Amino acid sequence: MIEWLLAPLQYGFMVRGLLAAVTVGAVCGVLGTYVVLRGMAFFGDALAHAVLPGVAVAYLVAGGAQGALFVGALVAGIGTALGIGAISKSGQIREDTAIGILFAAMFALGVALISTVRNFSVDLTHFMFGNVLGVSTADLWLTAIFGALVVALVIAFYKEFLVISFDPVLASILRLPAQFFRYLLLVMLAVTIVIALQTVGVGLMVAMLITPAATASLLTRRLPVMMVAAATIGALSGVIGLYLSYTVSVASGAAIVLVCTAFFLLALFFAPTRGAAWRFARARGWLR
Amino acid sequence: MALRSFIRKPENHRPDAPVVEFRGVTIHYGDGKPALEDVSFALTRGERVAIVGPNGAGKSTLLKAIAGILTPAAGSVDVYGAVSGGHICIGYVPQRSHVDWSFPVTVADVVLMGRVARIGLLHQAGRDDHRLVAESLDQVGMRALAGRQIGELSGGQQQRVFIARALAQEAELLLMDEPLTGLDTPSQEAIFNILDLLRARGLTVLVSTHDLQLAADRFDRLMLLRRQIIGFGRAAAVLTPANLRQAYGSHMTVIPATEGELALSDTCCAGDDEEEHHHD
Repeated sequence: MIEWLLAPLQYGFMVRGLLAAVTVGAVCGVLGTYVVLRGMAFFGDALAHAVLPGVAVAYLVAGGAQGALFVGALVAGIGTALGIGAISKSGQIREDTAIGILFAAMFALGVALISTVRNFSVDLTHFMFGNVLGVSTADLWLTAIFGALVVALVIAFYKEFLVISFDPVLASILRLPAQFFRYLLLVMLAVTIVIALQTVGVGLMVAMLITPAATASLLTRRLPVMMVAAATIGALSGVIGLYLSYTVSVASGAAIVLVCTAFFLLALFFAPTRGAAWRFARARGWLR
Repeated sequence: MALRSFIRKPENHRPDAPVVEFRGVTIHYGDGKPALEDVSFALTRGERVAIVGPNGAGKSTLLKAIAGILTPAAGSVDVYGAVSGGHICIGYVPQRSHVDWSFPVTVADVVLMGRVARIGLLHQAGRDDHRLVAESLDQVGMRALAGRQIGELSGGQQQRVFIARALAQEAELLLMDEPLTGLDTPSQEAIFNILDLLRARGLTVLVSTHDLQLAADRFDRLMLLRRQIIGFGRAAAVLTPANLRQAYGSHMTVIPATEGELALSDTCCAGDDEEEHHHD
């Protein structure tokens, strides 16, 4: 058993991959809590797809340089987040419509750009589904620094984010700069998506954001506990998923997401008192 | 810290000014239809006023205008003699249907939210804040349930938690949107008992309600609203057959009965969704 656990660690790429998966899982779990509570799942999915043209441009201009990919994705992500906010604020178009239009357009632009390159399908696959075993030491630093920044902001503005999420009317009576915090949250979401890009890719990102947080919401009714639980579930899923992918040779991003989903299903059925299994048993009179 | 002072604008209250003063206020819905038309009135300190009227009469709109969330197209809304918006002295008890009761916050968490602006950005709640939260919960008789998730409370208890939040906020004006809807009589009594305590502390309370009987019995003054103010004053003067017919039209049958009493039947719908049409 110990041997089985240690064997993959002799490879540098595996260690780096594990560290990246843990960091990304934890950061996505924390921020995902707000994505779930504020009903932003569609927004998160859209934003993940919308970073593609940024990645593509960086890829075309700078070859594979990771720093450039990071900056490209960040610019596209923040640009789209602010763009969606601006379009839907006018009130002429419903927010989910604005999100749909912008994200499909950005995604199409990304695919079009990448398709100009010869080995198109391989690269697109990496962007779509992640390539966590290709994480470099420099990537790892970027992931750690920006991940820490996101978590630090969540902690620093905890009470403000709580009020604007729970009771926007109170936020506006108290004169909190609610608009500022809403945009800050969007930017933090864009940053989180960019650092998770290499781990799970554009296509599976939304699962990292919402599945651990939704699982945590089944287990607790305290927000701080929910955040810690979501981060733990995200990080654990990263580790278990990566080991799974190593032993049975499946795509790493997909394995991580499937482990997240398994945790969610476990919580759905067996969460203390609220789980479906207990409810079923109580309804039958098998449990008090 | 610059940001901190930015959100903590001084409230230039004029103590001699009315708590709330509307002068010729007109507000439109998002689709351009008028929600309030040429509304003028003033509230004095410590009084308890009920706003009554049919659905879509503008009750919620009026409360939101006081809170500074909606800006009038015409006229002015003053709170303590200064333009509304910028007053963190306004407590707000939201309509029950507008609260996400599954949100992972406890009773104490909700009450502490009233302190957020006074605590300030990048500062943490201190001992005084927690003490004020505990005292506020004491006053509404909810301290024992401070650790409960808000969705686990009864309707009346939920209303009391939001009143406690206004107390923790050190509010001087309390706005309550349909707080009595769906509550049983003991729960309503509990809320009125708390409102009596608040009156002793000089709090001004403005409540929107569908319940004409409670409005007539338990409030100092009534405002009968249907986009415009149809009557504002003591119940006997406001709830006349002519006024009621003007306010409710076909939604209410007014049956003059013996001994000067009125028999009323509100044939209108439950729930007040008028603010869904606004864009904030």
